[in-house]
Amino acid sequence: MAAGAGLLAGACGIEGRGTPDDARYWEGKRRNGRLSWANWPGYMQEDRATLKAFEQDTGIRVEYKEVIEENGPWFGRIQAPLAAGQPIGFDLMVMTNGVHLEKARRLGYLAPLDHGRLPNFAANSGLKNPTYDPGNKYTVPFVSGITGIAYNKRHVKGPVTSIEQLFDPRYKGRVGMMADPQELGNLGLLALGVDPEKSTPDDWRRAAARLRAQRDGGIVRKYYTQDYIDAVSKGEVWLTMAWSGDAFTMAGPDVAFVVPEEGGTLWTDNLCIPRTARNPVDALALMDWLYEPRNNALLTEYINYISPVPATKALVAADAAGAAGRERKDLQRLARSPLVFPEPHELERLSYFRRLDQDEEPVFQRTFEPIARGA
Amino acid sequence: MIGRLYTWALVGWLLLPVAVMAVFGFNDADPRRNVRWDGFTLHWYAHLLDRPDLTRALLNSLAIALVSAAVATVLGTLAGLALGRHRFRGRGSANVLVLMTIACPELVLGAALLSLFVTLNVPRGFGTVVAAHVMVALGFVAVTVRARVGALDPAVEEAARDLGAGPWTRFRLITLPLIAPGAVAGALLAFTLSIDDFVLTGFTAGSTVTFPLWVYGSLRTGVPPQVNALGTLLFAAGVLVAALSARSRRAS
Amino acid sequence: MARRSRTPGRAAPYWLVLPAGLWLAAFFLVPLASMASLSLQSGDLVDGFEQTFRWQNYRDGLDVYGPVLGRSLGYGLAATLLCALLAYPAAYWIAFHGGRRRQWYLFLIVSPYFVSFVLRTIAWRQLLTDEGPLLGPLKDAGLLDAGFRVLDTSGAVIAGLAYNFLPFMVLPVYVALARVGRELPEAARDLYASRTQAFLRVVLPLSAPGVFAGVVLTFVPMSADYVNAEVLGGPGDTMIGSVVRAEYFDNSAYPAASALSFTLMAVLLLAVLGYARAFGARRVLGEP
Repeated sequence: MAAGAGLLAGACGIEGRGTPDDARYWEGKRRNGRLSWANWPGYMQEDRATLKAFEQDTGIRVEYKEVIEENGPWFGRIQAPLAAGQPIGFDLMVMTNGVHLEKARRLGYLAPLDHGRLPNFAANSGLKNPTYDPGNKYTVPFVSGITGIAYNKRHVKGPVTSIEQLFDPRYKGRVGMMADPQELGNLGLLALGVDPEKSTPDDWRRAAARLRAQRDGGIVRKYYTQDYIDAVSKGEVWLTMAWSGDAFTMAGPDVAFVVPEEGGTLWTDNLCIPRTARNPVDALALMDWLYEPRNNALLTEYINYISPVPATKALVAADAAGAAGRERKDLQRLARSPLVFPEPHELERLSYFRRLDQDEEPVFQRTFEPIARGA
Repeated sequence: MIGRLYTWALVGWLLLPVAVMAVFGFNDADPRRNVRWDGFTLHWYAHLLDRPDLTRALLNSLAIALVSAAVATVLGTLAGLALGRHRFRGRGSANVLVLMTIACPELVLGAALLSLFVTLNVPRGFGTVVAAHVMVALGFVAVTVRARVGALDPAVEEAARDLGAGPWTRFRLITLPLIAPGAVAGALLAFTLSIDDFVLTGFTAGSTVTFPLWVYGSLRTGVPPQVNALGTLLFAAGVLVAALSARSRRAS
Repeated sequence: MARRSRTPGRAAPYWLVLPAGLWLAAFFLVPLASMASLSLQSGDLVDGFEQTFRWQNYRDGLDVYGPVLGRSLGYGLAATLLCALLAYPAAYWIAFHGGRRRQWYLFLIVSPYFVSFVLRTIAWRQLLTDEGPLLGPLKDAGLLDAGFRVLDTSGAVIAGLAYNFLPFMVLPVYVALARVGRELPEAARDLYASRTQAFLRVVLPLSAPGVFAGVVLTFVPMSADYVNAEVLGGPGDTMIGSVVRAEYFDNSAYPAASALSFTLMAVLLLAVLGYARAFGARRVLGEP
């Protein structure tokens, strides 16, 4: 992921309508003792333990809603009020690095972060200055995940090691792919041996042709959003593109997850504050609180995605030692999992989505989008 | 005989998914994988409102359906009255307009409304959903009331006029009670259309979540059994209300 | 009577329709106009949209998604035929042999509507899973190949559409048949027409307006539906509604999305008008 940083360092020159008086954003803003947070399903304990701890520590009341299911529709929902300068009803939201976060940035929909109030982030973050948001100007990571392959061991004999296996006619009608154009495109590029972050429109076309042939050959059973977990657990599909944390938490016992030898996609879901937030100071407080390793460990033990706070690993291992029975086993597995605490050399096999500029984005979308839409 | 069998088979086919939904509301399964029968439980009925997001979505649906049914009934009844009783210039166009809102696919209606809202930067939410639901339901109410008005005997009202009753009195004492069954049927229809609506709501809801929207969203990670339980209760309530209203209509 | 009803004021009917008319103008006519205007604009969300009368939006949409549009109409048509075939015998039996229980049968046919459309479709997904309650036992008994599946196929989408919209076919056909009454076919039989002849020459033509209404009421919404295709269909089953929704919400490509939905509306309108013309226009408007 560091590879892309230099490449894109110069890319933040021309901005759209955004960036009006970023410097003065925090003037006169104060803590209100409450905030509302829009997040994806599965990112918070059922009993909301992390939120309760935060409320106890800070006295800030959190209204938490699992209202984000995909970046595109979420962006579509918040776009109108943000364009009109009206509140969207949330002070904090979680968006994946990619075209929609990029649009929100360019359109000036995000509040610039006041790093003076994020000391824990400065001290504890293992993931600073990402390519998609240089200097963490607008976002801090919430969790990261890897897109790889999940397969059902009852049906697939022998280990899955390569992306090629998703294209194998032997699995005709038993392969699941993701509908998201970025995820799908990235996988197609990796299948061609192309580094997505350095890919060209010509590579995109070749990758699209490959993916189209896979579809038209009847190999793909369905293009999924997140419902592939259910399909692969039941054996409706035998192998499918999948996100690491889902495979860890939600999938059935027969499901295994691998990062193929060609590489996987690394993505990050980011905390950001809509510019029109009513309680931005409270949102900032929550952001920073989550970067305190003890607080983050509590959440990581539930989410099972890559934590942006490396110090949580030792805490999870310590918790495992202190726990008993099944919980102990689960925590040990978690602390040892390379999918949750990847080593640096493992991270090197992963690549981010390509950051697309304003002219490239429609080309990329037009290349990959129609595939999952059956056109 | 074959006809009876066939009709029952068709009814069976139509009700099969309803039965499946109801059965899985009593399933003692892991809430994330409610697909196989794992034994009977009333747990989900006891924990019907355990998911605040789902409860709020249901309350939103009910509130939207109530408000939009009320507005659509008033507007639709007035329009139906005019269309059924009066001949006036523009009546033909008004009929066509009403017909168009009924015949136009919801997708196009939703897309058109969304186009307007994004053009004017109108934030979407409760109000825009109500506006859309009223727009669709209004035509159905108007048509129902129009049919009822057409079947009325104008002599009754004339008699009232001859007895010296003013227009408001005549409306309140004669017309309203006579068209009331049509208006009630229209109101029920409007309520049902609204609470069930998915496509139009999806286009106009913004960050307001209704029951169908929530259910569709939960499909990604597994529909929790509470949805089955709530769906079953809504079904039972709908059948009950419809049966009662049919009964009272027959009685009147 | 005409003279009398005028006296309370000619304006009365206008006052009565005014609120509804305003509502429909604001939330139906103006939005349609706005969509028409948006469909000819160019630009994107970042730079804003501009009215440039770019007809190319329509061409672009058809170039990429023409096949999807064609598929939607094809699936709509197939499901309409299926609906008609399934609905007619039942409507016939209820109308002629339902006796005093007619309303009760009709109520049963409409009753699934008290369960949300989305939930009913999801229930089908639950029923039809590869090893589910329907296919599992058949596979265990060796009657079906282990690899057989219904979910994520075009058959499932068409059947799902027919399922969800069947009552819209049953009701109008029933109304038309009920209007025919029992006497006419009996009279035909008294004149030595065979059962088949009586049906083909008398009942079927007289019920045609009902079938016509049913076809319009099912074909239009089914062609524009996308829930069935998304829940029950496979990779080659996407319908145009999904594309329109995604262009609005995933891409905020408003001009492209507007152009596509306008195209869909126009195609459906032409299809219905063409059908009406072939069939006799008066029946469409349903003027009694």
